[in-house]
Amino acid sequence: MSKVIKISRGLDIKLLGEAEKKVTQVSSDNFALKPPDFVDVFPKLFLKEGDEVKAGTPVFFNKYRENIIFTSPVSGKVTEIKRGAKRKMLEIRIESDGKMNYEDFGKDDPVSLSKEKIVEKLLKSGIWAYIRQRPYSVIANPKDEPKAIFISAFNSAPLSPDYDFILDEESQAFQAGLNALGKLTSGKIHLNINNGKTCSKTFLEAKGVQINRFAGPHPAGNIGVQIYNIDPINKGDIVWYINPQAVVTVGKLFLEGKYNASRIIALTGSEVIKPQYFKVIAGTLVTDLFKNNINKGNVRYISGNVLTGSKIEKDGYLGFYDDQITVIPEGDYYEFLGWSMPRINKFSFSRTFVSWLTPNKKYRLDTNLNGGQRAFVLTGEYEKVFPMNIYPMQLLKAIIVKDIDLMENLGIYEVDEEDFALCEFIDASKTEMQAIVREGLDYMRKEMM
Amino acid sequence: MKALRKYIDTIKPQFEKGGKFEKLHSTFEAFESFLFVPDKVTFKGSHVRDALDMKRAMTVVIIAVIPALLFGMWNVGFQHFISVGETVGFWDQFWCGFLKVLPLIIVSYVVGLGTEFVFAQIRGHEVNEGYLVTGMLIPLIVPPDIPLWMLAIAVIFAVIIGKEVFGGTGMNILNPALTARAFLFFAYPQDMSGDKVWISDKADAYSGATPLGDALVGNFDNFPSAADMFFGFIPGSVGETSFLAILIGAVILLFTGIASWKIMFSVFAGGYVMGLIFNLVGANAYMDIPAYYHLIMGGFAFGAVFMATDPVTASQTNKGKYIYGFLIGILAVLIRVVNPAYPEGMMLAILLMNVFAPLIDHYVIEANIKKRLKRIRIKV
Repeated sequence: MSKVIKISRGLDIKLLGEAEKKVTQVSSDNFALKPPDFVDVFPKLFLKEGDEVKAGTPVFFNKYRENIIFTSPVSGKVTEIKRGAKRKMLEIRIESDGKMNYEDFGKDDPVSLSKEKIVEKLLKSGIWAYIRQRPYSVIANPKDEPKAIFISAFNSAPLSPDYDFILDEESQAFQAGLNALGKLTSGKIHLNINNGKTCSKTFLEAKGVQINRFAGPHPAGNIGVQIYNIDPINKGDIVWYINPQAVVTVGKLFLEGKYNASRIIALTGSEVIKPQYFKVIAGTLVTDLFKNNINKGNVRYISGNVLTGSKIEKDGYLGFYDDQITVIPEGDYYEFLGWSMPRINKFSFSRTFVSWLTPNKKYRLDTNLNGGQRAFVLTGEYEKVFPMNIYPMQLLKAIIVKDIDLMENLGIYEVDEEDFALCEFIDASKTEMQAIVREGLDYMRKEMM
Repeated sequence: MKALRKYIDTIKPQFEKGGKFEKLHSTFEAFESFLFVPDKVTFKGSHVRDALDMKRAMTVVIIAVIPALLFGMWNVGFQHFISVGETVGFWDQFWCGFLKVLPLIIVSYVVGLGTEFVFAQIRGHEVNEGYLVTGMLIPLIVPPDIPLWMLAIAVIFAVIIGKEVFGGTGMNILNPALTARAFLFFAYPQDMSGDKVWISDKADAYSGATPLGDALVGNFDNFPSAADMFFGFIPGSVGETSFLAILIGAVILLFTGIASWKIMFSVFAGGYVMGLIFNLVGANAYMDIPAYYHLIMGGFAFGAVFMATDPVTASQTNKGKYIYGFLIGILAVLIRVVNPAYPEGMMLAILLMNVFAPLIDHYVIEANIKKRLKRIRIKV
């Protein structure tokens, strides 16, 4: 039994609206691929509006790296290419024909295949896009040789779905996926589980992996924190990571010979009347999930969790990498002398509010910024929720002034936007840290190429 | 409240760009966000945010200062009546001190915030809350009889040279409140030190020296008891005399987590250690006083709790905070005992370490960088 890695610095934000462990199948007619979901991808279309597609048919590719293609999750017809400012491609909408015809990629046993064959198959089916790399959190480059592949088998973000529950019956496909991924690296596959909580055989009995046990509050489930503790990224290192549901998708590609884009997502948040799990297909229109299930009022729909998710419309589509939808109230109201009031319904990491009296209370937090943007004033706070030996504020400042050497020295390769989400949450100066970190990573990537 | 909100919404356009009072936009915004937490929602990044903002953080500091402020008001009156030899009741003493201290607070806030508003407007940003704290601290670290015009000049100097030239709250190098005091100290020494200034409207015959003043000249005949210094029944700057009142503030700051316990603890540790070292040397009577006397007399405690912990001017790394605080303690006691010109060393010690804090941080961060580089080398 390996030793337990304890994460002591962090914060679990307790919110109302945890999903009940019940899965309902929902089949929508409308789907979309959203190019903005992918970092550093400039989409070039293979087809045009009105073309027929099957599940697994190529839709677009990345101009910067042409072998990386993105495929349709369902069979049907391309109905609309939605563009935004400067003709930026936002959504490729596909209407399902309800038949689910798949492109055939052929069944194989990954154990008997060569690395090249596996890479080729993953690229052709579009499933490659699920494999991402650190640093920079971009889609992995098939030519690279990662020093390890990381899979986090648990979420620690607020209200996030429980992979034990989701993947309990998928152990065969999960193992097939691991077998395929195992061919892609000469290093290890690290499967990171939650000590004492992870109980599914899918993870505990997985073969060909190193199982690492983690304990502690969020961000213990974040891949960045796990990499930092097991095999930190130095300059020049590349590590790949993939979501466990995507490992199952990879497995099914080999077992069934098709791109099976179905996944289980959690509908969560205080404004959902009956939060629960749904079985959907990647890129689904989310409207059907909300039918008679959302409280009245001005609410925000988030694809992902409250810390790192992206805002979507009520008639928006599920993000490519997301397996959670969160609905919380908007906070666009004024509060008289709010900063001086006791505010028992507000949550704070500091003890300047009374929330420390009720550590187990679940909150209904809204999107109010709770203050105005300021320069960095308080110090030593971010470190309390940032469990790496990195100076978060100094790194942010290095990014703001675009000092490449300093960014590198302070450890930018080891971090990602999501690692700063908690710092951003607790920040009294209301700095947009995730945006700053993304900017820094993009800048570094461009300079390094 | 709805009526007030409605009224603000109706007059708001006049303060926007192109409106009649465009030049007062920052001022309007400051008052509006003072009255109402704005309706701004998250736009990028985390969708929910902690309820703590700068206003809340600063409010906590002000609450923490209040015990020292109230005690200081009473003590100003108490010292005055002792010096003139009258015996009056508690409320008379408090009222006398209140009338002395209130004008200091008003001048400090009106002049300081006025300067801030002007700068916020010129720069086109929101008014920072930092001065709410600075404006309360300045009256507490000056002698009660300071002429108001001097205070006003010092405040303007502190806000402009101490803060705004660097870019405002969060960018300044020196603690603004101490900058004000240092300005007074060097520009008007006759009103800032000596035996005459510490008791308001003092009778001429009465000594009125602070314990520090006595100690420096080696006069330990009428030295106050440790209890008097702990509770604060001694002459001195308005807010600095009572260790107890400051301790209450310290508990508030530490409990809420607004101030760093690392700094506070290490300042006291540094002062105590230096006191012990002097005990060992023992070259004169001042060096022989119990080491803990240094912590309870003069402005040591006030500086440790409210000045050294200013997060902007202190060391910003956690390791650096220990070094920064410890050196403040050492230097403060060193200046007190060894330097013949300045009875109090706390102000200069903190200002000096403010200047050195970035250097301390630099070395702490270099160590972190080296550690990261070493990881690569081991691997290779």
